[in-house]
Amino acid sequence: MIWNKQAECMPAHELKSLQLERLRETVRLAGENVPHYKKQFADMKLKPSSITSLNDISKLPFTSKTDLRDGFPFGMFAVPQSDIVEIHTSSGTTGKPIVVGYTRSDIDLWGEVMARCLSMAGTTRDDIIQNGYGYGLFTGGLGVHYGAQKIGATVVPISAGNTKRQIEIMRDLGTTIITCTPSYALYLAESAEEEGLLPRKKIKLRAGCFGAEMWTEKMRDEIESRFKIMALNIYGLTELIGPGVANECEHKNGLHIFEDYFYPEVISPETLQTLPEGETGELVLTTLSRVGTPMIRFRTRDITSLHREPCKCGRTVVRMARITGRSDDMIKVRGVLIFPSQIERALLEIKDVEPQYQIVITRPHHLDELEVQVELSKKMFSDEIRHIEEFRRKIEDNIERTINLRVKVSLVEPKSLPRSEGKAKRVIDKREI
Amino acid sequence: MDKVRQVSVFSENKPGRIQKITGIFGEEGINILAISITSTNGFGIIKLLVDKCDLAYEKLKEHGFTVKLSEVLAIEMKDSPGGLHEVSQILSDKGINIENAYVYVVESRARAYLLVEVKDIEKAREILAGSNLNFFRHEDF
Repeated sequence: MIWNKQAECMPAHELKSLQLERLRETVRLAGENVPHYKKQFADMKLKPSSITSLNDISKLPFTSKTDLRDGFPFGMFAVPQSDIVEIHTSSGTTGKPIVVGYTRSDIDLWGEVMARCLSMAGTTRDDIIQNGYGYGLFTGGLGVHYGAQKIGATVVPISAGNTKRQIEIMRDLGTTIITCTPSYALYLAESAEEEGLLPRKKIKLRAGCFGAEMWTEKMRDEIESRFKIMALNIYGLTELIGPGVANECEHKNGLHIFEDYFYPEVISPETLQTLPEGETGELVLTTLSRVGTPMIRFRTRDITSLHREPCKCGRTVVRMARITGRSDDMIKVRGVLIFPSQIERALLEIKDVEPQYQIVITRPHHLDELEVQVELSKKMFSDEIRHIEEFRRKIEDNIERTINLRVKVSLVEPKSLPRSEGKAKRVIDKREI
Repeated sequence: MDKVRQVSVFSENKPGRIQKITGIFGEEGINILAISITSTNGFGIIKLLVDKCDLAYEKLKEHGFTVKLSEVLAIEMKDSPGGLHEVSQILSDKGINIENAYVYVVESRARAYLLVEVKDIEKAREILAGSNLNFFRHEDF
């Protein structure tokens, strides 16, 4: 089902001219009002008026997560705070989050793109959407919420977690559409099986949009066969808007990017040159109609490729391949972005702890588990086990405070973790996804 | 009252750790008289009463273990029913709290030592000086 045929099936030349018009407006808005871009454009002697074709986008500077962090809290805003109606944040590298702001029109835009995503899963006003993305500063929950409301579907804002209640709601309210992370979907399937709801009894689930973490075709097969539903891949990021940048249609042949609002490029993370269509590299996105926090050439660090061959669904917008990795050391655990450096900082804040650690990520029972192995230092050692245990708990608590995620801390013997001469291998990802 | 020291070793809770320690002791001719193991959340502390504690300390350190020497009270008791009761009765009468304890049997069915860790060992020693408890004698090694 296509929510907005005019936008999603627009002929290429029309789309290009709309994109150029909106790009020029975005560059003007950012150059005039966003302190970060104002300074950057001035340093580069770049005049917004010099953008006269879509190819000129390569003249524009990249924006990184660091730029957003440096602008904390309102340095990336293009309008006065009084025009902002909502704020979301996502984690940054040094504890300070990055902040994005939405004007009334940005919220409308968000609802529009999310309505397109949910429509791809066949959602209509007759559906009941169980929204298992977290509500709060995380964009997942409210993004889906706005899209569901735009369609007029019935949204159940259950948020993430509380598996038992999720299953009850699914059964008692007769949920037809579900939105959550793919790993949580599998976890729900397991619980539903235990409760005797699967294989399909007493549930009406038909489809779901799953995202906020990396997943695979194998996981899709499993979600689809266990729930007997259609499982679609959704993509988005806080810096751009949240979920709703792209979504798969029923042909599951890559994620359609809503190009009238987000301009995609794929670059080589080494040379920073734009790559030809079809080649794999880092996705770079520019917002075309965001007013609160316009984003120019944001480096997503996500690895993908773009494809323009016609899709059977009739949409003309470009498709991006499933994300296969990242071009930095950031890790995503249960939808939360984490830099190993954040964990290191949390460790070193505790007296007598030395920076000898390793992060091990596993996915037992479909949910990510993060273990931080820390070498015991001489000063931490005591012949009383409770003193050592206190250290362990203190480290756990401090990491949780820093990354907002409970992790397991294991103390290991001194010099037992592998040492390397170059860049230390801090992250061992054992997830089989 | 002879001073008795134990060797405490930090260890991850995984197969082969004790075996590594006993291997070192075997090579160096160090005899283990008593052992206690406590573990929690994937790690633990192994406490050992050995005949040559300084040598044990050095050798374990050489092999990369995190080790500590500390003093314990070694209180004699009968290795027969009621033996531990007698000792613990006196300790409780004197208001001494046991932080950790384990046992070294010298002569089976005859004589054993209760190895006791307390918060303030000097103070405990003073308090117990006048009691009718017997303490460790070096010839028992």
